[in-house]
Amino acid sequence: MILFRQALRFTSRLPFICGRCRTYSAQVGSVERVISAFRSVSGDEGVSVGSAVREQHGRDESVHICRPPDVVVFPRSVEEVSALAKICHHHQLPMIPFGTGTGLEGGVGALKGGVCFSLRKMEQVLDLHQEDFDVTVEPGVTRKGLNSYLRDTGLWFPVDPGADASLCGMAATSASGTNAVRYGTMRENVLNLEVVLADGTVLHTAGKGRRPRKTSAGYNLTNLFVGSEGTLGIITKATLRLYGIPESMVSAVCSFPSVQSAVDSTVQILQAGVSIARIEFLDDVMINACNRFNNLSYAVTPTLFLEFHGSSKSMQEQVSITEEITRDNGGSDFAWAEDEETRGRLWKARHDAWYAALALRPGCKAYSTDVCVPISRLPQIIVETKEDLIRNNITGSPIAGHVGDGNFHCLIVLDPNDPDEVQRVHSFTERLARRALAMDGTCTGEHGIGLGKRALLREEVGPSAIEVMLGLKASLDPKNLMNPGKVL
Amino acid sequence: MSARVLVGVKRVIDYAVKIRVKPDRTGVVTDGVKHSMNPFCEIAVEEAVKLKEKKLVKEVVAVSCGPQQVQETIRTALAMGADRGIHVEVSGKDYETLGPLQVSKILAALAKKEQADLIILGKQAIDDDCNQTGQMTAALLDWPQRSPEDGTFASEVNIEADKLKVVREIDGGLETIKINLPAVVTADLRLNTPRYATLPNIMKAKKKKIANVKPADLGVDVSSRLEVLKVDEPPQRQAGVKVETVHDLVGKLKEAGRI
Repeated sequence: MILFRQALRFTSRLPFICGRCRTYSAQVGSVERVISAFRSVSGDEGVSVGSAVREQHGRDESVHICRPPDVVVFPRSVEEVSALAKICHHHQLPMIPFGTGTGLEGGVGALKGGVCFSLRKMEQVLDLHQEDFDVTVEPGVTRKGLNSYLRDTGLWFPVDPGADASLCGMAATSASGTNAVRYGTMRENVLNLEVVLADGTVLHTAGKGRRPRKTSAGYNLTNLFVGSEGTLGIITKATLRLYGIPESMVSAVCSFPSVQSAVDSTVQILQAGVSIARIEFLDDVMINACNRFNNLSYAVTPTLFLEFHGSSKSMQEQVSITEEITRDNGGSDFAWAEDEETRGRLWKARHDAWYAALALRPGCKAYSTDVCVPISRLPQIIVETKEDLIRNNITGSPIAGHVGDGNFHCLIVLDPNDPDEVQRVHSFTERLARRALAMDGTCTGEHGIGLGKRALLREEVGPSAIEVMLGLKASLDPKNLMNPGKVL
Repeated sequence: MSARVLVGVKRVIDYAVKIRVKPDRTGVVTDGVKHSMNPFCEIAVEEAVKLKEKKLVKEVVAVSCGPQQVQETIRTALAMGADRGIHVEVSGKDYETLGPLQVSKILAALAKKEQADLIILGKQAIDDDCNQTGQMTAALLDWPQRSPEDGTFASEVNIEADKLKVVREIDGGLETIKINLPAVVTADLRLNTPRYATLPNIMKAKKKKIANVKPADLGVDVSSRLEVLKVDEPPQRQAGVKVETVHDLVGKLKEAGRI
């Protein structure tokens, strides 16, 4: 219903009022004209109406059903993106930017049909400035691709969501990862963006080619687009902040008797000023799944995985301070390692969490929820969430999280063909999000609003903020062509 | 252990780059294209540095043959933990035709000059895929040569009392081989995971020394006996054709002279 009303609000000036119809497919002739216009911009290989290609571009890694676009275009440059956008704008066609399709909230579904802009042919790393710690990338560059490119320079881009996602896509969803506790999320690490707006205008949010490490010039347009999930424009370049690869990385694992003791340790570790880079929490269900999946034998209780980054000389001290803190909180089995291989083994449990969860119920799909609360409220929300899971028969769903940020994911394994289970999971996730909101938190720590959390966004930010957001949207995209039906 | 390890590193076009053939078909485009250390060489450097960290060798020396730019590759090896570098200057036409035979002669000469006990090389380079330098070097020196092939887990390379001990996983279990030092070892893909050069280590590496040497100083003639006649891209893949009936299929196959 919300979709219908929103569509009505923005399309009321158009001849076709029905928000649920595909506004242009009613006119077959115009489709042909549009496609040949696209071909004259991007070439024959740059436009596809094949059903397999369209379906591939209508789904991501979420459980939302596939909503294929009507056409997929593959522009090779910002000039092509702008020309294609102008055509779409003229013909009132929805536009959906597509990076790697690894989103988790259904952000690429073409609810009203339209044109998917697959940006994977724009895959250059441009303008690396080693001494300034910045680099500019096109949307086809993924985070692992960039770090591989940088490997000779001693620099890296530390934001690491699970998937090997497009960096511009990560900017669009304001992604984050395990390293956020030390290095921040995309919000803190994007210096400038080149964006193509709905009418084809090319915008440089901080000015063309500019990359100062800080600025107080004018409104912060860069961070307006970070997290806009394709609803305000198509990101065609991102200038990112890089960091030096630390001299030494040390990983540690520790078991705790309760969630509370694990979180207390986390808070104290942060307060102690230890150079912590990652603090990951796995609950007992998750540890059990990991033990079974990887043939490990961790104690089946809440566990913390930690990683310290810094100079070799200081590591020993950091580790012993941390060990003491965990011991004071009832922690046990503290193990740590500095060399890459042992560290890899220690972390394997955390990295394979998704697959370990899936292995609990073979043949099912996994859905990852994503809420974030102030760290002090984490024990309470995790305990209440676990009770909710048990009460509603949602099979042993493991919990894993970036406890250093108060962000956790509940990995729910479900059978997508069982409508009752789907319904129970859906209600559960709404209850979870509202529980987080009640604790001064957010309904999404890193995955974005996408398709499923729009009502929750309204509850989270309140009516005045929503009105401002709608005003900004109307100002930048009055025809509501940019990824309609998402976020707002 | 006072062993000295020589590690050969080659500067090649980065593995992630899309290779393009030059319009005159004499070679591939290298100008302005990203170059980096051959991935097999990275593994060789990592293995050498690991041996040093285990205190089984005393010094790791990184060697590269080529023009001025190969110094970047040597610096990366230094940042990964090598102690010093040797840059064998080869440029121009000599560099274009430099191949395994010439490089192995250079390495053999350097091994004698530096009194190396162990040479670790990458199994092959990703630009020419020759897989010859290790074997030729060993033959020239009359040293044993071993490539620790492996299964899922990295094999171990150890030095025990003047012998090189290599443990590797094979289908039936574990195989342990001992070979006499001095020896040549070639590193294959899954031997280890090379470390990223950290920024502090790159800064420290700037202070490490790289010596310059010419092939003539080592008594090596780098002229090539091979001449590249032409370089072509692989043929473009043609689109498939769908036919309606078996009859049409047979007809098309006959047309193409296949039956």
